[in-house]
Amino acid sequence: MKKRQYSRQRQNFFKTDGWKRFSKNKLALAGSVIILFMVLAAVFAPVIAQNDPYVSLEADGLVMKNMSPAESHTILGTDGLGRDEFSRLVYAAQVSMSVGLVAVGISTIIGIILGAVSGYFGGVADMVIMRCVDVVNCFPVMFLIIIIATILKPSIYNIMIIMGLCNWTGTARLVRGEILRVREMEYVQAAVSLGSSDFRIIFSHIIPNVMAPIIVEATMQMARAILTEASLSYLGVGVQLPTASWGNMLMEANNLATLTMRPWQWVPAGACIFLAVLSINFIGDGLRDAFDAKQKK
Amino acid sequence: MGRYIKKRLLQAIPVIFGITILTFFIMKLAPGGPLTGMISPRTSSESLQRAREAMGLNDPIILQYWNWLKELVQGNFGYSTYNGQPVLGMILERLPATLLLTVTAFVFSFVVGIPLGVYSATHKYSKTDYGLTVFSFIGISVPSFFFGMGMIYIFALKLKWFPTSGFGSSSFSGTGIELFLHRLRYLVMPAIVMSLANIATVMRFARSSMIETLSQDYIRTARAKGLAEKSVIYKHALKNSLIPVITIFGQSIPNLFGGAYITEKVFGWPGMGLLGVEAIGNRDYQVLMGLTLFTAVLVLLGNLLADIMYSFVDPRIRY
Repeated sequence: MKKRQYSRQRQNFFKTDGWKRFSKNKLALAGSVIILFMVLAAVFAPVIAQNDPYVSLEADGLVMKNMSPAESHTILGTDGLGRDEFSRLVYAAQVSMSVGLVAVGISTIIGIILGAVSGYFGGVADMVIMRCVDVVNCFPVMFLIIIIATILKPSIYNIMIIMGLCNWTGTARLVRGEILRVREMEYVQAAVSLGSSDFRIIFSHIIPNVMAPIIVEATMQMARAILTEASLSYLGVGVQLPTASWGNMLMEANNLATLTMRPWQWVPAGACIFLAVLSINFIGDGLRDAFDAKQKK
Repeated sequence: MGRYIKKRLLQAIPVIFGITILTFFIMKLAPGGPLTGMISPRTSSESLQRAREAMGLNDPIILQYWNWLKELVQGNFGYSTYNGQPVLGMILERLPATLLLTVTAFVFSFVVGIPLGVYSATHKYSKTDYGLTVFSFIGISVPSFFFGMGMIYIFALKLKWFPTSGFGSSSFSGTGIELFLHRLRYLVMPAIVMSLANIATVMRFARSSMIETLSQDYIRTARAKGLAEKSVIYKHALKNSLIPVITIFGQSIPNLFGGAYITEKVFGWPGMGLLGVEAIGNRDYQVLMGLTLFTAVLVLLGNLLADIMYSFVDPRIRY
């Protein structure tokens, strides 16, 4: 059943069953629209942002510190150093999205490779890899990421790599389970009897057929990765100032004075994290329904 | 069942070694090493060499790991690079506050999550079910620090129902029930913030487990013999559907501890998470390492306990 969705023949995507099921899920559609909007904002940040996100605005020779939207004639006001909040928010979208994307890319690749080796070869390799999964799962991921990030000097690239290296266990387990499921199927047996190499069997016969759950898992992980990056930046071990990320914008605003008197400095950034994560989770849920042909609603 | 427990315990041994090995090598990455806190600018390079030799820092790495492990078993987690205090003591001092918060959040998430999930399942595809599903998505998506800041803004600063942060007022001198109520006011907001994501997870899990159970043959039998729907749901289905929820017990422990960093920072709650936040600021690798190792072992024990409980509740488990 699942094979058909991945057949090589081209068909109009918008006429497939999968798209029909996806588009019936209103929340997933709404999520897609919001994410599309955010991605466009991130890509065209230089066009959208009126002001440089790293330069303090000045009026009559005075820095426009902590000004509300109305006072400063900007969309979302200014921060404690007089920088345009809206510009920072838009540039932060670039950072948060790309950290999430790269981190999930790394963890998914590691997860697929280790899961495939574990499920396909079994035996000692399986045991060793699965015990490694157990070990990594024992650490609260936040603790592990925080300690490594503190030691390796936090930077955007280190954060991407560390998050990638710490989050592969879910995908590995998933891929292993899927491979155990399809390993005995006729088309895999056929490939074996034709004398295909293990590498070829795994990567051109098995993996394409178990791609659906991997994509769903990667989508959900993307949501978690954005949340993790925001949390790390909030704690000061993620993206470092002056580079703006949604998380460190909230860190800068975390004092009672800002909390009560200057909501424009923390509400928009928090709302962006929330909306992005929520939308991606909705998309993931929609994808799960779309891929799962057996389920009827 | 005895065999299962024995096997499960044996399986935990390599995991314990894995945890310590991983921790040890991460610690080796840290710049400076354990001597950093003890050197002054006037320390000569010879005395530094002697100290390195005395502490075994020139030994082969395997030997170093073995010695470190021996110290660890005796309860020596090393000394803070910031103030020279023993790390284990610093952690144990903060443990009660964190346990109070995590256990409250843990209990709260199951007490709220399970009934909501069961309601959702028995009213499948109704408006309430739909609303609860959206709520569960919101629960796993909202950043806890943003939620916490919002709570402080509304309930502490505007409505003044709860204090903004802390563990209790220093001038408070009541005991017994008074002290309990005093603490409770400080506990409510962080516990809610910490449990939100977990409530959502428990709820979704309880819902799907209940739906699964309701489609079983023995439920059809119960209905066929004319039992009241209430008795079918609460007597026959509920107990069986709760068994898989135990697996969430184990899974939610690392999530709750991981959330401690954020929640305790937002609310200034003096637990292990706040100790970690302070250690990040001081670049105190030994304390961070100790915390990581300590929680990893707690998580391992929690998972073990959950699995053993599972095998008691569900005798079908074979290994």
